[in-house]
Amino acid sequence: MTTPPARRIVLVTLTTLFALQTSIAFAEEPAAAPQRIDFVKHIQPILRAKCYECHGAEAQEAGLRLDYRAAGLGGGDNGTAIVPGKLSKSLLFLAVAGDDEDTKMPPEDEGEPLTKEEVGLVRAWIEQGANWPVGVDGDASGKRLGADHWAFQPLAHIAPPKLNDPWLRNEIDAFVLRRLQREGVQPSPQAEPHVLIRRLYLDLIGLPPTPQELNQWLQQAKQAANAISKKDAPAAQGPAAQWYEQLVDHLLKSPHFGERWGRHWLDLARYADSDGYEKDLPRPYAWKWRDWVINAVNRDLPFDQFTIEQLAGDLLPGATTEQRTATGFHRNTLTNREGGVDQEEYRIKAVKDRVYTTSTVWLGLTAQCAECHSHKFDPISQQEYYELAAFFNNADEIDIATPTPGETAAYQQAKAKFAVQQKEMQAKIAAAEKSLAERQTAWETRLAAAATAARKDLPENILAALNIPADQRSTDQASALLAFYAKVDTELLALKKAADEFGKKAPKPPAAKSPVFAEHSQPRENYVHQRGDFRRPGQTVQAGVLGVLNPFQPQHKQPNRLDLARWLVDPANPLTPRVAVNRIWQYLFGRGIVETTWDFGTQGAPPTHPELLDWLAGEYLRRGWSRKAMIKLIVSSAAYRQSSVARPELETRDPKNDAIARQNRFRLDAEIVRDQYLTASGLLYRKVGGPGIYPALPADVAALGYAGSVKWRPSKAPDKYRRGMYIFFLRSVPYPMLTTFDAPESSVVSTQRDRSNTPLQSLTLLNDPVFVECSQALARRILDEAPADANARIDYVFRLCLARAPDEFERARLTQLHDQLLKLYEAHADSAAKMAGHTEQAAKENQPEAVAQAVWTTLARAIMNLDEFVTRE
Amino acid sequence: MNPLQENMLQSRRGFFTSAASGLGLAAMASFLEDDGLLAKGASGGALANNPLAPKLAQFAPKAKSCIFFFMAGGPSQVDLFDPKPQLTKLDGQKLPESFTKDVQFAFLQKETARAMASPRKFIRHGESGVEYSDLLPHIGSCADDICMIRSLHTDVFNHHPAQLMMETGVPFFGRPSVGSWLLYGLGSESRNLPGYVVLTSGRGASGGTTLWSSGFLPSTYAGVLFRNKGEPVLNLTNPPGVSNQVQRVSLDALRDLNGHRYDKIADQEIASRIASYELAFRMQSAAPELIDLSGETKETLDAYGVGRGQGDQKGDGRGGGGGVFDSFSRNCLLARRLVERGVRYVPIFHASWDHHSNLNQGLSHNCRMADQPIGALLKDLKQRGLLDSTLVVWVGEFGRTPLGENRKGYKTVTGRDHHPFAFSAWMAGGGVKGGQVVGRTDEFGWNIVEEPVHINDFHATLLHLFGFDHKKLVYRFAGLDIRLTNVAGNVVKKVLA
Repeated sequence: MTTPPARRIVLVTLTTLFALQTSIAFAEEPAAAPQRIDFVKHIQPILRAKCYECHGAEAQEAGLRLDYRAAGLGGGDNGTAIVPGKLSKSLLFLAVAGDDEDTKMPPEDEGEPLTKEEVGLVRAWIEQGANWPVGVDGDASGKRLGADHWAFQPLAHIAPPKLNDPWLRNEIDAFVLRRLQREGVQPSPQAEPHVLIRRLYLDLIGLPPTPQELNQWLQQAKQAANAISKKDAPAAQGPAAQWYEQLVDHLLKSPHFGERWGRHWLDLARYADSDGYEKDLPRPYAWKWRDWVINAVNRDLPFDQFTIEQLAGDLLPGATTEQRTATGFHRNTLTNREGGVDQEEYRIKAVKDRVYTTSTVWLGLTAQCAECHSHKFDPISQQEYYELAAFFNNADEIDIATPTPGETAAYQQAKAKFAVQQKEMQAKIAAAEKSLAERQTAWETRLAAAATAARKDLPENILAALNIPADQRSTDQASALLAFYAKVDTELLALKKAADEFGKKAPKPPAAKSPVFAEHSQPRENYVHQRGDFRRPGQTVQAGVLGVLNPFQPQHKQPNRLDLARWLVDPANPLTPRVAVNRIWQYLFGRGIVETTWDFGTQGAPPTHPELLDWLAGEYLRRGWSRKAMIKLIVSSAAYRQSSVARPELETRDPKNDAIARQNRFRLDAEIVRDQYLTASGLLYRKVGGPGIYPALPADVAALGYAGSVKWRPSKAPDKYRRGMYIFFLRSVPYPMLTTFDAPESSVVSTQRDRSNTPLQSLTLLNDPVFVECSQALARRILDEAPADANARIDYVFRLCLARAPDEFERARLTQLHDQLLKLYEAHADSAAKMAGHTEQAAKENQPEAVAQAVWTTLARAIMNLDEFVTRE
Repeated sequence: MNPLQENMLQSRRGFFTSAASGLGLAAMASFLEDDGLLAKGASGGALANNPLAPKLAQFAPKAKSCIFFFMAGGPSQVDLFDPKPQLTKLDGQKLPESFTKDVQFAFLQKETARAMASPRKFIRHGESGVEYSDLLPHIGSCADDICMIRSLHTDVFNHHPAQLMMETGVPFFGRPSVGSWLLYGLGSESRNLPGYVVLTSGRGASGGTTLWSSGFLPSTYAGVLFRNKGEPVLNLTNPPGVSNQVQRVSLDALRDLNGHRYDKIADQEIASRIASYELAFRMQSAAPELIDLSGETKETLDAYGVGRGQGDQKGDGRGGGGGVFDSFSRNCLLARRLVERGVRYVPIFHASWDHHSNLNQGLSHNCRMADQPIGALLKDLKQRGLLDSTLVVWVGEFGRTPLGENRKGYKTVTGRDHHPFAFSAWMAGGGVKGGQVVGRTDEFGWNIVEEPVHINDFHATLLHLFGFDHKKLVYRFAGLDIRLTNVAGNVVKKVLA
């Protein structure tokens, strides 16, 4: 249709309409749509967006309900809403087309009016007979909006398609191949071994293989290939043939696996090392929870237990310190310490963020949309939102001492040693007290011999007592004198003073305090916040879950977080396994089977392979929620092993590679980009876990923080060479390299990272001092470790950086660059010294060495700026 | 929605998010032809991905660029822009209880708070006769070009949430800032510089980098912080020992090797990366050229106050420390130079307007810093014919109370607390009708009595000036079509020329 002219529809009041349902005149009638109106395509979305809130499952204002056929065509208290073919009798049309303040729908303050186009569509639909097909919506049984959406249905029991094809490696491939066959597309060939090796290293541990590792795996791969081509059956079955599987197992056992897959989890948890908001104070022990994650992932804590401990570890019977530490998951919410804030307001904000995060991470639902009104598209009522919030409303934030076993042992040892020393000192004091009388006599003798002046400051009673010979003093006098002397006896005083000083040095218990949850002692009252405003309490609610999903069977009279966690991982929950396995798939293919990893609701993307998703979700349960088992299953598939080379012939048909006709090729995550530099250059310090690090930061970047409060003391070697995931993440001033490469800003849950491609990234990789230092170190490595000719060196740097040998073009082009650089640096010795990182003096003494170092530093820099270097292929 | 419209919307979405933009393609191709890149293997089609390619607005825009003065902390409207003689009369008296009932303050003790007269005089300027504080003679002299809004109001009264509200339309994290929305909608017209350049003077705004974040939009649309001296962009300068020649031969090799890989792999991302490196290289010369003011006349430099010594006395502890007068002047001049080079959005942050105490001295100091260069900028833009297409905005995240602040522990009352219910901001140029006042507050300056302008309305108006219906500039995130104006916003028609 053509867009109607922007002129107003004439005023029609509903009162008039009821009185005279004839002769309705429009000065400017909305133009009728020329084509056939389709209810599902054109009308239902309008009703859903603009009418359901008051005329749907949750509310039926004026007795009218428009979310299913029988009710919609039946009408409400005021009569029939839709009369096919008769505009003037259809109250629905009159209400949405009218302009009277009292009768216009939606009412002024409660929603957006229909656009003229939408009114035109409703008009055309009614004129064309108001065809409302059967079965396109719910029914009178009160079935809820969207309740029949695929993701809310129980997992289907799926058997993999029975295909017979040499391409198949496991069940996953049967699903993938079936779709490819239907589309008449061949899968891509398997990627070359070196690509597979690098892909597995990057996907599983986020670090590239060392040249030795690369050689070892390549050799095994070659033997296996030879055996197969020679049809050497024993060798084809032998250990070398299993190289791929062995490599996968090797990487799954690596402690770096927990870092790589733990970091994925940190994105979901909006992990950061500071409070957020204005003051943005550091959280010195946030890493305690991060360590818990790394460990849990490394020991493959099953995902159900992983879930329970993080949401409700504190509520487990006999909860261990580790289980309580796990609840730090939801302590990553922001804290506003700005002067004059309403603490309750920000406490509520954190509670709501926990609902948002929990529903996104486990259910893949945008429950936060139901904060102010019932969800417009998914079956989540506003009441249910606050029932979910009630679980978290009762969680208090506390910090508990969580020393590591090492810290505790050291403390105990120090404490014992201290006690011994303290006892020794007490003994000396006791001895000195015993011999006090002897020294008192000597003191008296000295005083008697001294000048009067020495005595003038003494109290009168002491003077008096001193003037009496010792054996003639009264008991009172004697003890007063002794007591006085005890206060001036230098020996005793010195010992006591030393004991006091020593006492101050008592070893302190380890300071580490983990942020955790504890249940509020008196259950808080929970109520709906009208329009999302906690200052406007609505009806009270009890903790509860979403009715559209699996039944809730709490074990506690007052359902608590433990009940919530168990409900989330109940095998009957249709969403948790689908959502969780979909994310694993995303990390291994760059894209989920459901692309909208955060939204499995009616507005999310449909799965590209629905049956595969259900089979994988079922497999996750059958394999005891083992993350490692699922990763191994997926990376073992032929689908995963495909080449990622683009297929131009499919570019138009399937631009996003929905059919998985190849692997995807994508830029590495921010932290992993840094890790590539550090590993290739040999600088990486592989320590796992512990507090964060502070790589050097320009002063004016730190100055961007609150009132210059950011204390950023650069870490020294080797700490400064730790992996990117350990960089202290200050929310108000995140480390620039991380944000430049799309690390999440960590204020809300993030299920998917952007992969932008910007000039700032280029400048960072070319010029950031950290990466320049890596180039220098890589150059030293090349010069020290590779045979001394340019060809061999180029080979070696390629292996270090890209896990492959250069082809002829690359070799020639780099040789050309090498020669250009050699000329330039030979002509400019000062530049060479600087690029080499040599002092001028050292450079002068050995100019050829400085030039070589400068040339190779510059070459290394170029290679580490290749697109391939920061890309997983 | 009808099919045609659906279709239009789809192509619009495609226009914004994918490779389907013919215009973007053409523009990118022309960039690369200049560099002889198209001949080097990377095909034109591969470069259609450029998300910053210039795009058409929804309707003919008035403004092409925006300079956004963000005076963080909460400048006092009753001492700068909104004269209240009645407040002077009531100095030291209580306000009627109805004003403060149900109102929350950060620090003010409302039971004992008293009205505080402004120590400033207000002066009428220009033909329009709009009144400005005597602290702002230069800005006042541009009164006929300025649309004063005295009826702005916001939802929150703490700094960081309110600053987020002002830059992202909501008082929480994760949403794109105004400049990101403009880049997303319009792309960039600058060939050699980022489309969204952030300048700051003095200490940083408390919101930090979240105020120029792209939120859930790709980081391509985020603001890029420029420094006004030394190295203008982080990591812009070659490492020590890398001459321009070394850089050029390195980048040539890099381009050839990436191009070779592209021929084998055919991934369009490689082509985008080639383009990113070339833009980075151009920035390496364009950014230093930008901040090199040697080509400006002495007259211009003096008008902006570049090189002014004031504010260098570190001891006075105001306005963000030493050198801030010169820094702010430079930023104003750089803003003009950025706009001349096609940069879309230039926010200038200055963070020291939070006058809980010593308001008169603090404001005087800040205005000595800000007034002259801002006035010079407005006149300079006008003289160069740039004001018509450049929207200049002055905002704070909220205003200050007409009541004096009697925080516990304060011996004397010399400042004002945060006031979100009614405060002032102004716009000039870029399709704005100057020489007028929008909105009116009551006689104390406490509440709005006419033409309230919510932050969402303010943003709706700003987007309108750039040719967008704020309800249609949307991005789908977490299941919702999200926009700068959240769920509200009406264009303030009176603002438009």
